[in-house]
Order: sequence, then structure tokens, then C-alpha cells
Amino acid sequence: MKLSFRRKAVNAVMLALTGVCTVLAVGMLFFILGYLFVEGGFSLNWNFFTKLPVPVGEVGGGMANAVIGSAKVLLLATCLGVPVGFLAGIYLAEYAGGAFANTIRFVTDLLNGVPSIVIGIFVYTVLVAKEGFSTYSGGVALGIMMIPIALRSTEEFLKTVPVPLREGAMALGATKSRTIATVVVPAAIRGLISGMMLNLARVSGETAPLLFTAFGNQFWSPGWKQPTATLPVMIFNYAIAPYPDWHRQAYAAGFVLLTFVLMINIAARSIVASGFAHKTR
Amino acid sequence: MSSTRANDAPKETGEAAKPAVPDPGLKLRSTNLNFFYSSFQALHGISLDVNTHRVTAFIGPSGCGKSTFLRTLNRMNETIKGSRVEGEILLDNENILGMEVSHLRRRVGMVFQRPNPFPKSIFDNIAYGPRINGMGRRGEMAERVERSLRRAALWDEVKDKLHKSAFDLSGGQQQRLCIARALAVDPEVLLLDEPCSALDPIATAKIEELLFHLKDNCTVVIVTHNMQQAARIADYTGFFLMGKLMEFDTAEVIFKNPKVKATEDYITGRFG
Amino acid sequence: MASAVTIPPTARPKGRASFLSRVFSGDSMAQALALSCATLILVITALLVGELWVHSALAREKFGLRFLITSVWNPVTGEFGALPFIYGTVVTSVLALLLAVPFGVGAAIFLAELAPPKLSDAMTFLIELLAAVPSVIIGLIGILVLVPMLLIVVPPIKDAFGDHPPFFFSGPFYGPSLLAAGFVLAVMIAPFIISVSREVLLAVPRDMREAALALGATRWETTWQVVVPFARRGVLGSVFLALARALGETMAVTMVVGNTPKIATSLLSQGYSMASVIANEFSEAIGNLYPSALIEVGLALFGLTIVLNALARLLIVATSGQEAK
Ligand SMILES: Nc1ncnc2c1ncn2[C@@H]1O[C@H](COP(=O)(O)OP(=O)(O)O)[C@@H](O)[C@H]1O
Ligand SMILES: [Mg+2]
Repeated sequence: MKLSFRRKAVNAVMLALTGVCTVLAVGMLFFILGYLFVEGGFSLNWNFFTKLPVPVGEVGGGMANAVIGSAKVLLLATCLGVPVGFLAGIYLAEYAGGAFANTIRFVTDLLNGVPSIVIGIFVYTVLVAKEGFSTYSGGVALGIMMIPIALRSTEEFLKTVPVPLREGAMALGATKSRTIATVVVPAAIRGLISGMMLNLARVSGETAPLLFTAFGNQFWSPGWKQPTATLPVMIFNYAIAPYPDWHRQAYAAGFVLLTFVLMINIAARSIVASGFAHKTR
Repeated sequence: MSSTRANDAPKETGEAAKPAVPDPGLKLRSTNLNFFYSSFQALHGISLDVNTHRVTAFIGPSGCGKSTFLRTLNRMNETIKGSRVEGEILLDNENILGMEVSHLRRRVGMVFQRPNPFPKSIFDNIAYGPRINGMGRRGEMAERVERSLRRAALWDEVKDKLHKSAFDLSGGQQQRLCIARALAVDPEVLLLDEPCSALDPIATAKIEELLFHLKDNCTVVIVTHNMQQAARIADYTGFFLMGKLMEFDTAEVIFKNPKVKATEDYITGRFG
Repeated sequence: MASAVTIPPTARPKGRASFLSRVFSGDSMAQALALSCATLILVITALLVGELWVHSALAREKFGLRFLITSVWNPVTGEFGALPFIYGTVVTSVLALLLAVPFGVGAAIFLAELAPPKLSDAMTFLIELLAAVPSVIIGLIGILVLVPMLLIVVPPIKDAFGDHPPFFFSGPFYGPSLLAAGFVLAVMIAPFIISVSREVLLAVPRDMREAALALGATRWETTWQVVVPFARRGVLGSVFLALARALGETMAVTMVVGNTPKIATSLLSQGYSMASVIANEFSEAIGNLYPSALIEVGLALFGLTIVLNALARLLIVATSGQEAK
């Protein structure tokens, strides 16, 4: 049976179109990267990491306080969100069953679907309304956002650890918690680490929940109780301002943030790709 | 210990048949053991005695409950949801159901059908059990690891790569590693569930050989699919069928002169 | 032998010693710790819903359901109607879907069906990196690059329509607009649609394709008439998930939508979205009613995304169930 010309043509055209879609999607990434790296790269200088922002009208300055602020907020978020999600994930994968486990899963999905700005409102009403804007409230907001993914990735990776491995440990007299701590978690450690890294990468670009928690600050923010500048919020504020010098700074900040996010992503993926749980040291 | 006791035990049901004081050689005694996976009863009234420093083998078609029985002896089946056990198992005259489970499992070690080394180094695999059981001080550990590996006839093959991943070993070596790992905590009983079924004949021969020497120091209970293997290594053999222990006797009797028709059918059916 | 006389199950002595040693060996403690973390998630979520509900009470009581269908938003006079924001959110999200779905599904088809596995994996990796780009950076590019580009491109197109442009392309164009927001959102959700759809397509059994190819169908016919219909619920699920993300997306939209609470039919007009109005006004909202109204907007947004997420999951679960058979 010979194909009609029309069918052949449709085939070729449609296949080509799907290829074009893919190239456009990938092209978009390169466009964003390229644009940001060119603009940001030229704007970035040592001052960015060492100087405070300057008042409107003055040229120069940097975002040292935002770099530190972001680091603090992310550190706190990781310290809160990862352990909670990790332990809850252990509970789901190793202990829970039936209705309770499904309730937790359902609620976790719910929490994961909450728009980040709504998380911001929540932390505002619970913490900020009483205590004012603060570094720690920003950390709490991002920490809450990290919980669902930490839980899901923990559960997913622990489930990949084969039952015989657990039985091997228990047959030697290891208690359940001991088995989890010494065999199950180490066997899944690459996946767990990469999951947590992707989780961190995801929240490190979050802006909305910080708008009314960490808020912003033109100066250094010592300790945890004062509002602090963060890179994403700085990018937002500087990008919508009408000053070309601020745009330049926004690009520089975008460059730094995106480099950080993409590096973590690539590192996390290569950890998993370089052999999952089957090699030691 | 006498072969007649092991011989008689399954034939008479109930306490009456058992002497009040166990034979000096008695290690494990199962009395009227029933086991349930939720509603499915996998074991029906299993009563038998396992003697110290002997190899006891269980044979039978697959699905007849051999693994289930073995796994009740160190309470591994407890980890399965909805499972339930009735009856009594005595280890040195003490009910194992009353023991602290991790303590029981240290005394009654287990090797599984497929080698299941931990994703750790060879050394850490062996040292795992002693470490979690708080056995052996730091300085002793290397010695203990070496001793276990020697008992499992693996030392010469791995002594130069103790800190390499256990996954680098061949299947047969991995299984001997698992035996060494189980031996490292000085178990009194070693349970082996078809330990050779995933291995080639040469690796199988090595393991049979080492099992033979193991019984000097511990009591060996092995499940096997392979009757020649049971005939070669076992002192006692039990034949399981559909969750029941049909016959239990010295290997000699079971393989040459079985008293139960089903056993004879099974054995001759296989031997052709 | 042994038609066992069943003896009563041996009582398992749960002595104090055994309980204490379990606690000290950390087994129960570990389980309790894990359980409390799992429970904490329930608590946080319940608290979140409770806080939104309580703090929006003022606005809910004052305006009732009118809040969702009136369009005056005037903090000065204390009149609050969320319709312009709901409208803006829906329009920009739908526009984003119209742009991203054909494009995303097309790319997913290419990656799942046509590209050699190595190329497909490499491309997917890059597309997942695109998905990882923070929204504030998409917004940055949006306001500093896309909007100036639109300002060059749109007027000639508009002129081409003459004096009577279609309703969605009428009125003055200043740059920040529903159109720009739709574009930006499309860039954000496309990678997501691509990677989820690709997975759904890859899950279609091989023999379906081979059967069609063996009957003489072309590659495209096989894909379009056999594979895609088979996977359509999963693809639809990915679209719903993407929509839920688009609705809740804040920064990129806020930066390019124009932030004007009006309901205009033209995509060239400025608009506002639910998330944007919260982002812009919440930290400056004074009094009691104003913050309460903003929190009610948040509550409505929350409700909307929950419904969409639930629908998406139902669709995806239904598809994977169908594949299992
Ligand atoms: N985890 C389990 N849940 C339910 N039934 C099981 C489970 N494990 C085994 N069984 C059933 O118990 C019976 C005995 O199984 P098993 O002890 O594994 O047999 P064998 O080791 O002799 O092949 C079989 O019918 C099997 O289907
Ligand atoms: Mg078995």
C-alpha cells in the first residue's frame, strides 16, 4: 500500500512542528540564560557582594545585605522544613499505613498546592502581625514550603530500598529504627540528598512569601528579629523601579540567583545520575 | 540427644510425647505451631525438635510453608502486617515469643534466598551486626570480621579488598558474605532459606562445604528446594506439604526409607 | 500426622522491662518523633486554613458572596469587590494555557515519540532547568525585555486591523498588560506541561504504537490517533496542574500585568490578578477591613487552586489506573 502524498506531507509537517516546539522551549531557556548572563555578567562586580544598596539617585552600591539575608533565610528554612518533611516521610514510608497515611499524603499535596503568596499571608497573621517583619518569619515561610517536597521525596526514595535489605538488618537483631537509620537511609542517601537540594533550589527563588515576612531592608540585618533584604525581593523591587542603574543591579542579582539555582539543580541531578545507592564511598 | 526423639516428635501430637526435661542436645522445639497471614493459615500444627550442632533441612514443594516456618523461628514474620502465630517455640527451653525480639534474632541468625548485602563495604557489612549489638570493642572488630569471613570461607578471596563495596563481589561471594555477616554475631542457630537457589553449581558446592563445618559451632536449619542438597548435608530432614509437616526424621530415613506415603511420592517423583 | 490440637495462643509478655528497653533503645522514641512530624503537617495546614478563615471574617461578613462578583476596589471608601482580580487571574491563566498547551504538548510528543532517547533526555534535562528558573527572574526578563519588545511589535499588528480591531485587541497599549502577563505565564507553565505530558506519553504501552504502525499508519497518525488519545486524560491532568500553578503564580504576573483593577475585554489593557493585589497591597493595608478583604482574596485563590489540584490528580490517577489494566 502506497501512502498518499497528503498523508506523507501531513506526517512530515506535523513531526517538524513538534520539533520546532521543542527547540523553542529549549531556546527560551538559552534566551533567558544568555540575556541574563550577558546583562548580569557585565553589571556584576565585586561591589555587589561587599556593598550595601545606595539610596535612589546615587549610582553604584551592591546587595551584600541581600546575599547574606537570602543565605540566612534559606538556612533557617532548610533547618525547619527538611527535618520535618524528612521525618514525616520516614513515618509514611516505614511506619504508617492505611487511612492515616493517606490523610497525611492528601494534606501534604494540599499544602504543596497552596499558592506561595498565601503561605506569606499565613505566616504574616501568625508571626509578623504580632512581632513585626523579621528574618526568621521569612525562614519559617520558606520552611513550610519545603515540607511537602521533603516529605514526598523522602517517601519516594525510601520506598525504592528493597525489603530484603531491611530484613537483613533486622535478622541481625537491629530494631526498626536502627534499621532505618543504619541501612535504609544510607541506601537511599543519594536520592535523599538530591531531593533536598532540588527542594532548596525551588524555594531559593521564592519571592512572594518573603514580601511580608522578611520584607526588605536597605541596611544590614543583624540577628533574626529584624527585617532583611533578600535577593528575590531585591530583584522584584529593582526591576519595577524606573531607574536604569537599578535595572542593571536587578540583572546582576538575577544572574547570581539563577546561577545558584541552576548549579544546585545540575549538581542534584548528577548526584542521582552517578549511580543510585549501589556504591559505597 | 537421640535420633529417636527427633523421629518420634512429629508423630505424636501434644505435650504428652515430650519428656519433661529436654535432651541435652535439644536446641529448638516447636509445639503445635499455627501461622496465619491475615485469614490464610500457612502452617498447621507444626511440632518438631531441632538438635544442637546438627543440620536440619526442610524440603517440600514451593508454597508449602517452609520459609514461613523458618521465619517464625526468629520472628521475622512479625514484620508482616496482619500475621499471627499460635503455639509455642522454645529456644533452650525458653519461649521465644516472650523474648526481646532483637535479642532473639542475635541468637538465631538468618540468611536469605537472595544475597542481600548492605550497600556498604565488605568490612562494614560484617561489622554491622556486632556494632548494633554492642559486641566487640574497637580493637577486636577487625579480628572478629576476619574470623567470620574465615568461617564463611571467604577470607582469602576478600582479604585485600575489605573496604571495597560489597556489590563488587560475585553472587556466590555475596551469599557467603551474608553468611559471614550472620556469623559475626556468634549466633547459636543459623537459619538459611534456600541460600543456594540464586547461585551456580560451583558457588553452591562452596556453600554446602562450609555449612558442613558450621555445625561444629552452631545449629543449622536450612530450607532447600533441592533434595540432593538436603541428602548431602542434612542430619535431619522434614518434609512439608501444604502447611503441614508430613514427616520428620533422620535424613537417612527420609531419603532411603520414608514412612509416609506423601514423602515417598515426593522423593521418588523427583528422583524419577 | 498432626491434625493439630490447637492450643491457645501464647500470651506475649509485654513486661515493663521490655517496654523500657524499647524506649531506651530509641525505637518507640524514633517512631513517636516521626509521627509527630507527620502530625505537624496536619496542624500547619489546619492552622493555615483556620487563619485565612478567621482573618477574612470581617470582609466575608460585610460583603458576603457579593465580594466575588462586584468590581469596585476602593480602600478609601472601604468598598471591596474582587471581580477585577478574579477576572485578571482567569484571563491571564487561560491565555497562558492557549499559548502553552499546543506548544507544550507538541514538544512532549516530540520528546516522547520521535526524538532518539539520548536527545530526548538531554532536551528534557534542559527543559527541566527552564522549569527551575525562579518566577521573579522570568518577571525580570518580562518587564525589561518582553514588554519593550511588545511595545515594538504590537502597534503595527494593531494598525493592521485598521479602525475596527477585534475586541481582544482594541484600546491603547502601554506595555504592561494582560497579554504580557499571559506570555510570561506561558513561559512558566510550558516546561511543566512538557515534562508531565512526556511522562504520560512514555507510559503508553509499546504494543499500541506497534499495532498502529503495523497497520500502515504514518508516525504522526500513530501518535495523534492512537498514542495521544490513550494518554489524553493524563495530558489533561498536566494541564490542570499547570493551570493551578498559573493561578497562584505571583511575581512574574505582578511585574508585567499593569496592576490596575479594571475589567477590560482587550488583552492590550492593563489588569490585575488575585495574587498580585495581595503582593502589592497587603503590607501597606491599614485598618481592619482592608487586610481582611485581601485575605479573603487569598482564601478564594486557595480554594480555586485546591479544586484544580484535586481535579488534576483525579485525572492523572484515573489515567494511571487505566494503564495498569
Ligand atoms: N507475606 C505473605 N502474605 C500472605 N501469604 C503469604 C505470604 N508469604 C507467603 N504466603 C503464603 O504462604 C504459603 C507458604 O509460603 P512460603 O512459606 O513462602 O512457602 P515456601 O517457602 O515453602 O515456598 C504460600 O501459600 C504463600 O502464598
Ligand atoms: Mg520459600
